[in-house]
Amino acid sequence: MHVDLSVKNVSKHFKSFTAVDDVSFEVEKGKFFSILGPSGCGKTTLLRMIAGFEEPSAGSIYIGAQDMAEIPPNKRPVNLIFQHLALFPMMNVADNIGFGLARRKESKAEIRKKVADILERVNLPGFGPKKIHQLSGGQKQRVAIARSLVLDPTALLLDEPLGALDLKLREQMKIELKKLQVEVGTTFVYITHDQSEALVMSDHVAVMNEGKFEQIDSPQNLYSRPASPFVARFVGNNNCLAGTCVGYGDGLAQLQFSSGEKIGARTDRHFTTGVKAELFIRPESIIIEPEKELPELNRMQVAVSSILFDGANSQLLVTSPALADEMLISLPQNRQYEHIAAGDRIEIGWDVKAGNCFEVQ
Amino acid sequence: MLAGAKSKLPLFIFLTPILLWLFLLIVLPHLDLLRMSFRIENDYGDMIWSVNNYLEFFREPIYWLTFARTALYAIIVTFLTLCISLPVAFYITKVAPPRFKGFLSLLLLMPFWVSELVRVYGWMILLRESGVINHFLLKWGILRQPVEMLYNDVAMTMGLVYTSMLFMVVPLLSVLDNLDDSLIEAAFDLGSTTPTIVWKIIIPHAMPGIASGSIVVFMLTLGNYLTPNLMGGKNSLWFTEQIYNQFIASFNWNQGSAFGFLLLIISSLIIFAGLKLTNQKLSKVVQ
Repeated sequence: MHVDLSVKNVSKHFKSFTAVDDVSFEVEKGKFFSILGPSGCGKTTLLRMIAGFEEPSAGSIYIGAQDMAEIPPNKRPVNLIFQHLALFPMMNVADNIGFGLARRKESKAEIRKKVADILERVNLPGFGPKKIHQLSGGQKQRVAIARSLVLDPTALLLDEPLGALDLKLREQMKIELKKLQVEVGTTFVYITHDQSEALVMSDHVAVMNEGKFEQIDSPQNLYSRPASPFVARFVGNNNCLAGTCVGYGDGLAQLQFSSGEKIGARTDRHFTTGVKAELFIRPESIIIEPEKELPELNRMQVAVSSILFDGANSQLLVTSPALADEMLISLPQNRQYEHIAAGDRIEIGWDVKAGNCFEVQ
Repeated sequence: MLAGAKSKLPLFIFLTPILLWLFLLIVLPHLDLLRMSFRIENDYGDMIWSVNNYLEFFREPIYWLTFARTALYAIIVTFLTLCISLPVAFYITKVAPPRFKGFLSLLLLMPFWVSELVRVYGWMILLRESGVINHFLLKWGILRQPVEMLYNDVAMTMGLVYTSMLFMVVPLLSVLDNLDDSLIEAAFDLGSTTPTIVWKIIIPHAMPGIASGSIVVFMLTLGNYLTPNLMGGKNSLWFTEQIYNQFIASFNWNQGSAFGFLLLIISSLIIFAGLKLTNQKLSKVVQ
């Protein structure tokens, strides 16, 4: 497979602060690659190094097969979509999109044709003469993407471009962006702190924390098989149950809570007896009032402290003496659980394979 | 009714000094000058109404040539001031470390703590035949004979640019401060070189500041008396000196006020033309 972007052991230090710490990854041609991390984790710095606005302190970046060291941003075959889009307010839509082409000294007729083509492609035909301030948020977004795509870059870098949009539009743009990427086949490198954006659009996601990559994986694996407690906490909702390992054998760890209750957890990792462990279990993995005959189920008596109604995302907030924190449980709105009220005591359960268990360092 | 009248009272109290100032010191004298500019003495020594004072300006080449020269130099000074101020303002807003910004702006302001007269004399001490620069050039053996650097158009232009710079830099600082850095980065990312970024992004963005700075500098330069008089010498006649001569030397107040009004009208026309050429609106520029 052809690799479009390859980052090798890149670090960036600002005086005593390390923004990016020995990061390596490769992006194959035509893939949608996301870097997901909380704000301040170094993802923007990493992207700016790829675009050429920052020089790495160590390591190297290859675009195509070319080493990008010492090559300024205006000579790199990648384009960056800025967080606030950075459309030029002094020009109209067509001049914005044609800006890069004009810098390449392409002929006026050629530019006009390419601009019309790309406007068609981003569903804004005839928008050329409009002023930037006449556009809505979503239209600006598309113009910004068109302005970069028209240059046919090896990779398109996107720095949280959906951050400024309202929720509804963001959901819509997510799908549009993914469709567009598949259609044009350009390699996208997308950074975001919004896990849903990363999961929905990406072929591969890297989770970044404090300058390091915690895990690079497909969205599905990231969600179901997180490689570290940070990924388990950061991607999706998760309940964290802390206990001590009291037995391990055949891939099944026995955890004991401070209250004395014991649960089982299937895990690929090896646990030694006596170590502190954390079990992450997703709200939707928990079954409310499980049937008696279900095998390999951890069961627990809990008190409902409140019902958080949010349509399809409704949840129960429950407490138990075994738990340090409150636990979230998905509450399907199929009228099966309508009888549950705050203050009720109910039984919950989850499959021993459902959670992810980590040793506490 | 009462509430309305009451709420307007403070407004009138605060407005009164400025209205008095405008009316007594600016409007009233101008009306009197305007009346005077249309009066001439006839052959019998009586004052009569006439436009002769204005016609005199166009009849005598010395007058309108001086004016054309003054206007041309004012435009050159404005342009040079802009060329120097734009990089200075860009450096202060975008390049210099944020903690030095205030200090650098203060450095620009400092020469304006002393009067224009003192500043011009400062330049004269530096530039004159027995001045500081000549002294060192002679001492280092670069020159054998001291050179007179004062009393020519170059010295005068330099003095005027120096005097006007602050009035150009301040509006540029405020417009460039509003320029989003990511616009420059985006242009760079899309393949621009530095000259195209300046030409396509920075100057169009800074246009309102450039226009308002240019208007102020042009007006101040056109109406300057001190610097052209002291640094320009005898060959660099400035139009304000013509007005001065009419009032003080020839004691012809009627002719002098006609010249004064011509200066006002023609400079306003030049500014109007400049705004039209650069596609700017006056209401936006003076903000």
